[in-house]
Amino acid sequence: MKLEDFRQKQAEKAASQEELRRALESEFQIIGRRLRRTDGLAKATGRAVYTDDISLPGMLHGKILRSPHPHARIVSIDVSAALELEGVHAIITGSDMPVPYGIIPWTRDEYPLCVDKVRHVGDGVAAVAAVDEESAERAIGLIDVEYEVLPYHLDPEAALEDPDTPIHEPRRPGENGNVSKHVHLEFGEVDRLLAESDVIVEGEYYFEGTTHTPIEPHCAIAHFDPGGKLTVWSATQVPHYLHRELARVLDIDVAKVRVVQPPVGGAFGGKSEPFDLEFCVAKLAMITGRPVKILYTREEVFYAHRGRHPMLMRYKTGASKDGRIEAVDARTILDGGGYSSFGLVTTYYSGQLITAPYQMQSYRFDSTRVYTNKPCCGPKRGHGSVQPRFAIEVQLDKIAESLQMDPIELRRRNLLGTDTRTVNEFRVISNGFPQCLEAVERASSWRDKYRKLPYGRGVGVAGSCYISGTNYPIYPNEMPQSAVQLQVDRSGRVAVFCGASEIGQGSDSMLAYIVSEELGVPIDYVRIQSADTDLTPVDLGAYSSRVTFMCGNACIDAARKIKRQVRDAVAEAWGCRPQHVALAGGWAFDRSDTERKLPISEAFNLAEAKFGALGSMGSYNTPKDIHGDYRGGTIGSSPAYSFTAHVAEVSVDPETGFVEVGKIWIAHDCGRALNPILVEGQMEGSAYMGFAEAIMEAHVFKDSGLHNAPSLLDYKIPTSLDTPELESLIIESLDPEGPYGAKEAGEGPLHPSIPAIANAIYDAVGVRMDRLPFTPPRVWAALRERGRLEAAGQLTPWKERSAISQLTAVGD
Amino acid sequence: MRCWERPLIEIIRLSVNGDSHEIGVPSHYTLLETLRYVLGLTGSKQGCDKGDCGACTVLLDGLPTLSCILPVQEAIGRQVTTIEGLADPDGPHALQDALDLTGGAQCGFCTPGILMSAAALLNVNSSPTRQEIREALSGNLCRCTGYTKIYEAVELAARALREQRPPAEVLRS
Ligand code: FES
Ligand code: FES
Repeated sequence: MKLEDFRQKQAEKAASQEELRRALESEFQIIGRRLRRTDGLAKATGRAVYTDDISLPGMLHGKILRSPHPHARIVSIDVSAALELEGVHAIITGSDMPVPYGIIPWTRDEYPLCVDKVRHVGDGVAAVAAVDEESAERAIGLIDVEYEVLPYHLDPEAALEDPDTPIHEPRRPGENGNVSKHVHLEFGEVDRLLAESDVIVEGEYYFEGTTHTPIEPHCAIAHFDPGGKLTVWSATQVPHYLHRELARVLDIDVAKVRVVQPPVGGAFGGKSEPFDLEFCVAKLAMITGRPVKILYTREEVFYAHRGRHPMLMRYKTGASKDGRIEAVDARTILDGGGYSSFGLVTTYYSGQLITAPYQMQSYRFDSTRVYTNKPCCGPKRGHGSVQPRFAIEVQLDKIAESLQMDPIELRRRNLLGTDTRTVNEFRVISNGFPQCLEAVERASSWRDKYRKLPYGRGVGVAGSCYISGTNYPIYPNEMPQSAVQLQVDRSGRVAVFCGASEIGQGSDSMLAYIVSEELGVPIDYVRIQSADTDLTPVDLGAYSSRVTFMCGNACIDAARKIKRQVRDAVAEAWGCRPQHVALAGGWAFDRSDTERKLPISEAFNLAEAKFGALGSMGSYNTPKDIHGDYRGGTIGSSPAYSFTAHVAEVSVDPETGFVEVGKIWIAHDCGRALNPILVEGQMEGSAYMGFAEAIMEAHVFKDSGLHNAPSLLDYKIPTSLDTPELESLIIESLDPEGPYGAKEAGEGPLHPSIPAIANAIYDAVGVRMDRLPFTPPRVWAALRERGRLEAAGQLTPWKERSAISQLTAVGD
Repeated sequence: MRCWERPLIEIIRLSVNGDSHEIGVPSHYTLLETLRYVLGLTGSKQGCDKGDCGACTVLLDGLPTLSCILPVQEAIGRQVTTIEGLADPDGPHALQDALDLTGGAQCGFCTPGILMSAAALLNVNSSPTRQEIREALSGNLCRCTGYTKIYEAVELAARALREQRPPAEVLRS
């Protein structure tokens, strides 16, 4: 065959005969290999352009004036002095955008700038656009706000008992305005089974709030062109929802709004809903006719928050003497902060998501989310279920202790299994949890360590599950949750358009791997255009660990449509059956004779000649029959669940109460690892973040409602010297509905870190840490209490504890 | 507004990545502001703007320096190297290539700062131990990776530089 020069060049780089023969023997060419990311080098060379790196001609800079009071009525705002300042172009206040917004359509309870009341320190009151940041900052200082200070609540239990100080107006007369959401669900006969249980363990757990702390602060830029089109660049994880909310709040045609999401410098759930700055830059750009940028200060990021809810959890768990979980009864109070955010979902998740990986005979939970005058809580990595996971896994450790049973063995006796339903009726298909337990047990040398390490050192285990996306979109509709569009150039280059948000998790790379696998093009022939509402079909966003599962499936769908056309066209040219045509390694080739081949671009050209311009759309929507038929039964149901087990090894200094986590072994069932490097990265990053919440982080407030530590110096996140050694063990259970069997890996592996560390502390020194974080003063106080009881003869000295595995044979 | 509140513009000469620039900067600017806003070198990131996160780390005469808390005047007469100046024209620096190979950049926002700290380490220590790497990077917060794959990258780059081979080849061997 005669090839044009540049085609010859492609052929030289494509796979060799030997490689093609090998390709025929292996299931995948790209999937499962340890490959580079598509954006790795751009990030490593400083070329990746984040939102704050964008600068537009004539751009103004904005600043938001924030409330110094935790709860106050706004009596008046005088902006006249500020407006006179040189360089100030516009000032807006709540009355400029008096439309409430919120990520959940049923609980829209915040305004871009407060209209009548402020509900926490840091609530936005006015915004300025000026020629530079300094002028904007000065103007903010000249705005005069008169407040009528109101009584406030920082403690959710106090707020609950004081409906006369309502943070929000009650939705219906007579209701408590401080209750954001209440959920009560019961499955099976909890009271009867508790009464019949051989052991009952009761515990009260407190999870201190934590926050995401991405290294990139939130940033947004708006541009409004004279034709009436608004463009907003934002460091968001949810461009689609932002697109809709901008149009609704600003009252412009949604078709005239464009949201572009540049690479995001970390999010972890902290950028998964609209924020005040996005509305403010848009409005200021519309007023001034100039582009406007707002970049949060680090302090503002702490006040914007939406991090993990503090939760007070009271658990009662009953088990039979052979270790079967008979009943779980949970009562939880969630500290929601000033607004709803995702709170409706969080309240459900606090109960709904702990019904795997163990079988429960019965389960009841009662969760109440309460408003307080603090920055609003929301979804942080492992949304809503990291806190109850801590409680239940420590409960199981306590049950194992009282049954004198190895805690891994206890977990094995309650395995949920595959192709089954949970007690709250979620459909579970693939389940690699038994393999996860086995992997951490083996890798950590568990049997040589548990209850056998010298005093002061210990190991702990915990398990968990998480969703691969949720079944329903945030606003009700029947349309696909994700869509991918492909466009093929005559050169062999394939462009992928997808609304998915690359936030560091590797979603762009995932799309490129899939296209490369399906169409046989080298990865660097694939261009990813993601998250631009003018260009890309809708994906709902990077939240609830949905992207690989949903966009991955949509991408396979799109790619296979083109693949079919290419194989048909080549088969026609060769006079063979389409099934004989394989696409791999830069070639279309004949399966029965690998010498017969065409550079992939030639194959695409044949298809274009036969079918017209080459392009396709693919989409994915969730199956809808995979949950119970009760109110709220859809919330938390997912097409597939990931599973995780951790073993943590710690040493505790009995003199100081200082806990050092030496190592965490992480086994995670991600279905299939599309690129093991990226899966390990998620596992390590998750375990790190869980460790941080266990030992270091506390998102707390002073009595005045001021944040206790709104800086990266004072809010402690782990440095390289703090972080334990992390070992990732990938388990692949191949989910029948996942893309090539894949499930999520980004959030699940965080859950067990905290209880595994708590359980390890117990193994080390015999104290139960039921309150987070496990700081030296807390651990020290618990040790002193134990010492007192030991001295009084009420407890056997922990130093003399015997190895449990000698008391209960493991595996019987 | 009174005129003295207007920032004074100063003309300075700054040497960045081997280029000497004569630029006008507001006299209160930090080196980071000068790099990002005046020279358009946006590779150095601002994570906190008060010396807490390390995202803005550059090399000042070869030593890692937080550019967000360095008044720009302090950089006059010294060699500033940013992430944009780490690579040669013929390809990425071994550290950049190695980080890409090990998956050490997720969101990538800490990455420029991390790599500058790592480059400073490798300049003085061609075969650092894991503990030495941990210490050298302890001023750079990464919120995504748990650091493991960053250590692997620095180790790989160190070996590649010692053996004068591309990191990918070292990884395969
Ligand atoms: S931006 Fe310089 S240390 Fe954070
Ligand atoms: S890669 Fe995201 S902060 Fe380090």
